[in-house]
Amino acid sequence: MDERRLREVALTPDEYRAIVEQLKRAPNEVELGMLGVLWSEHCSYKSSKALLRRLPTTGPGVVQGPGENAGAVEVGEGWSVVFKVESHNHPSAIEPYQGAATGVGGIIRDVIAMGARPIALLDSLRFGPLPASSHHFEGVVAGIGGYGNCIGIPTVGGEVYFEECYANNPLVNAMCVGLVRTEELMRARAEGTGNSILLVGADTGRDGIHGASFASLELDESSSERRPAVQVGNPFLEKCLLEACMDLAHTDAVVAIQDLGAAGLTSAVAECAGRVEGAGARIDVSLVPRRERGMTPYDVMLSESQERMLVVVRRGREREVETIFHAWDLTSAVIGEVTDDGQLTVVDGRDHVARVPVKLLTDGAPMRRLMGFPPEPPYGLQVDALPPLVDAGATLLRMLASPNLASRRGIFRRYDHMVGDSTVITPGGDAAMLRVKGTRLGIAVTTDCNARYVHLDPHLGAQLAVAEAARNIVATGARPLAVTDCLNFANPDRPEVYWELEEAIAGLAYACRALDVPIVSGNVSLYNDSNGESAIYPTPVVGMVGVIDDYQRRLGAALRAEGDFVLLIGSSHNDLGGSEYLKVEHGHVAGRPPALDLTREKAVNRLILSAAQSGYLHSAHDCADGGMLIALAECCLLGGIGVRCPAIRPEPPLRLDAAFFGESPSRYIVSVPSRAMPEMQSLARRHNVELSMLGLAGGGFVEFEGQLKVSLAELRAAWEVMVT
Amino acid sequence: MKFGVVVFPGTWSDRDCGWVVDQVLGQELVYLWHKDTDLKGCDCVILPGGFAYGDYLRTGAIARFAPVMEQVGEFADRGGLVWGICNGFQVLCEAGLLPGALIRNSSLQFRCEWTNLLVERTDLPFTSRCEEREVLRMPIAHGEGSYFADPATLSRLEQRGQVVLRYCDADGRVTPASNPNGSLHNIAGIVNARGNVLGMMPHPERCSEAELGGTDGLKLFRSVAEGALKVLVS
Repeated sequence: MDERRLREVALTPDEYRAIVEQLKRAPNEVELGMLGVLWSEHCSYKSSKALLRRLPTTGPGVVQGPGENAGAVEVGEGWSVVFKVESHNHPSAIEPYQGAATGVGGIIRDVIAMGARPIALLDSLRFGPLPASSHHFEGVVAGIGGYGNCIGIPTVGGEVYFEECYANNPLVNAMCVGLVRTEELMRARAEGTGNSILLVGADTGRDGIHGASFASLELDESSSERRPAVQVGNPFLEKCLLEACMDLAHTDAVVAIQDLGAAGLTSAVAECAGRVEGAGARIDVSLVPRRERGMTPYDVMLSESQERMLVVVRRGREREVETIFHAWDLTSAVIGEVTDDGQLTVVDGRDHVARVPVKLLTDGAPMRRLMGFPPEPPYGLQVDALPPLVDAGATLLRMLASPNLASRRGIFRRYDHMVGDSTVITPGGDAAMLRVKGTRLGIAVTTDCNARYVHLDPHLGAQLAVAEAARNIVATGARPLAVTDCLNFANPDRPEVYWELEEAIAGLAYACRALDVPIVSGNVSLYNDSNGESAIYPTPVVGMVGVIDDYQRRLGAALRAEGDFVLLIGSSHNDLGGSEYLKVEHGHVAGRPPALDLTREKAVNRLILSAAQSGYLHSAHDCADGGMLIALAECCLLGGIGVRCPAIRPEPPLRLDAAFFGESPSRYIVSVPSRAMPEMQSLARRHNVELSMLGLAGGGFVEFEGQLKVSLAELRAAWEVMVT
Repeated sequence: MKFGVVVFPGTWSDRDCGWVVDQVLGQELVYLWHKDTDLKGCDCVILPGGFAYGDYLRTGAIARFAPVMEQVGEFADRGGLVWGICNGFQVLCEAGLLPGALIRNSSLQFRCEWTNLLVERTDLPFTSRCEEREVLRMPIAHGEGSYFADPATLSRLEQRGQVVLRYCDADGRVTPASNPNGSLHNIAGIVNARGNVLGMMPHPERCSEAELGGTDGLKLFRSVAEGALKVLVS
């Protein structure tokens, strides 16, 4: 076999030999292309599958774990939330607007395929520093808005970080959350021999051919020539597709719905059939509606044209389903049927095109055995050698204006975050919250990952990402339920990268088990480096969903009333390793990330939830990047109320800079009306959690007597530096 | 009172408007499909927000050709209440039921944020429950909401008091800083000369319950629900 041809379909000579062995013959061109995309890292998880088995995926509320279009957990009153996060990193590096837009479009279809109505979008983004990376940043933000705003699903959350390591490899992870009556949850299983396979939505064009393979290679100077591998989005069409699929819920003619994403028709049909033992499918490419002339069967089977869905319909009821799509002016066509021979057979009218066992496509890729080897331990940090804090106020202002801490209002006001009339906690605080109309349930959603921590210690860093996500959920008064993860890593063929992957997955598994949050869906994105250099920080993004039984009891981060007591919950240590303070004030990314005690973490979370439930709290905010003083300033800025505090006298060995800017986990800033203080104190004692009084809400300054006094106006000017 | 909410392909505020009419106000609700050729006996037709037909050519440019729009035009001519919100306002301008046009925001960016609106008319069926020169807090969500009209049209609108809502600050001062999109004269909403067709960019249906951050939008819905019949009778 020609090496060049193999490279084109991203198969290795060994993989080719495995194919020949299994088929007992050489594959033809189309079969080779189909196997190439499905055996790509993006589709087959051949480098990560063994590790992913370590993740906890089951729990009491889980109604659908990994393996479907998205995961699902019950939230009560007969409702389930369906959610998943997915990366669109490579396309966004090449074509930021369309890459991000189609990333959003793709994840929405995953949720629709489960029969759920999408209610929220979140985006976890990483870029190189501005202004150098502004073409990535501007394009991606515009693309997310362009798609989400048009389709009418609120974009309610996410995160943005700026670090050198993402300059050539920006990360764009999109998460979608949907709602469905549990008994109406759909599964994409091609059941029932003889049932019809319908292709619905956009006509098929030549766009995006080999997108999945492209996503599984490192970026290099030829990457921009791969622009045709980036698809173009049409959110209007997807809106019609969405509504039509919602209308399908009223009929029992539909057996399964499957999104066409990476690897297009090939993957959609194979996955759908692969979920049913012994099932196969017969597809006639001549029946596929096309956008352009002269397309070969190869093009049709591998096209990644967007806004298409596969629908399996009970035999004889095709007309019923087609009527629903026609009402939305959508094209639908019967392109094949479900078989019981376990083969994916492709014909072009009367001509035979391809015939491959479904299992060979979905599970045949030889798993890659990679070696992990820890790199040189990252540069240590001598905390004692750091110069003492000189001017806390000036440092606070510099930190608030740093790109990783500055207000995101300039970004989220470009996204419609209110459509749907359900956003009861809007972006800008901890988690966002959506109400379930007709009930008192609130769904809290967040994404988190401080990749600097993961870089410095992958196992601990991944745990910290899970813990922070859970804290963001808890800060709204909601209970964490389940996780979706997006594992963004560099080239795993390099032992130190594979080691990071191993460690991070182990850390995720450990923390998810400890905090009782199973991982129900996710995605792996490898090869995030270019030219074998400038690898990204290992970035396991954690998307988390939680629930509150009565959203009228939800909490925001903002201070609400003058005269409230402002408290720090949890204990502080000299946790300056990997901190924003260390980066902004001392120019280092070094040290060990903050130690995490998951037992303590749970105790603190239980305290906050119990206090929220009892109505003792006026607000709660997670202490995260930037530490206590940044969190406190955010509470003040969000509420437009200052705070007056006596001077902080940290008990040795705690340093003053660490008390203000250290990033010890398991901490919250809460505000409590004075009448609830006794109850709050006894509750803290009962949960054995440290509670320290910071000061009183009120006035127009953030003040620690004799240590700093800065007006809210000055703080806001610094914080909103990116709001233009 | 029967509200009809028009659904074009690409409309997304239909369900939000429907929710307020039906669940918050407890009024009668019917959805009108863009292919419908009758208005099913509605007393007020709402053209909601969204991207009708994708808004690919120009906002509202295709929607005005929808079969339902012919009925809406006749309904307006007969004095029926027509209320365009966001994309609905854009459609009404394209359809010639209101003067002027909505062009790209001066920031060249989509804006989703809270604004303050000065109510300049309270004698209309849409605003009868508002106080004279009341300031309403209401969110916007649009990329093309900058109101534009030629000088003659603009001065006619002002002379006849057709400007109903104007972007202002929290104290009711109409300032450049309180204008979120570059609209001429800070215009957020206008009415036709007869007073039965209102177009506005802000979203009253997004602020009709306290849990969504405010209830000022409900004042407009209540005005229509309670006051509309009087106008129809006269």
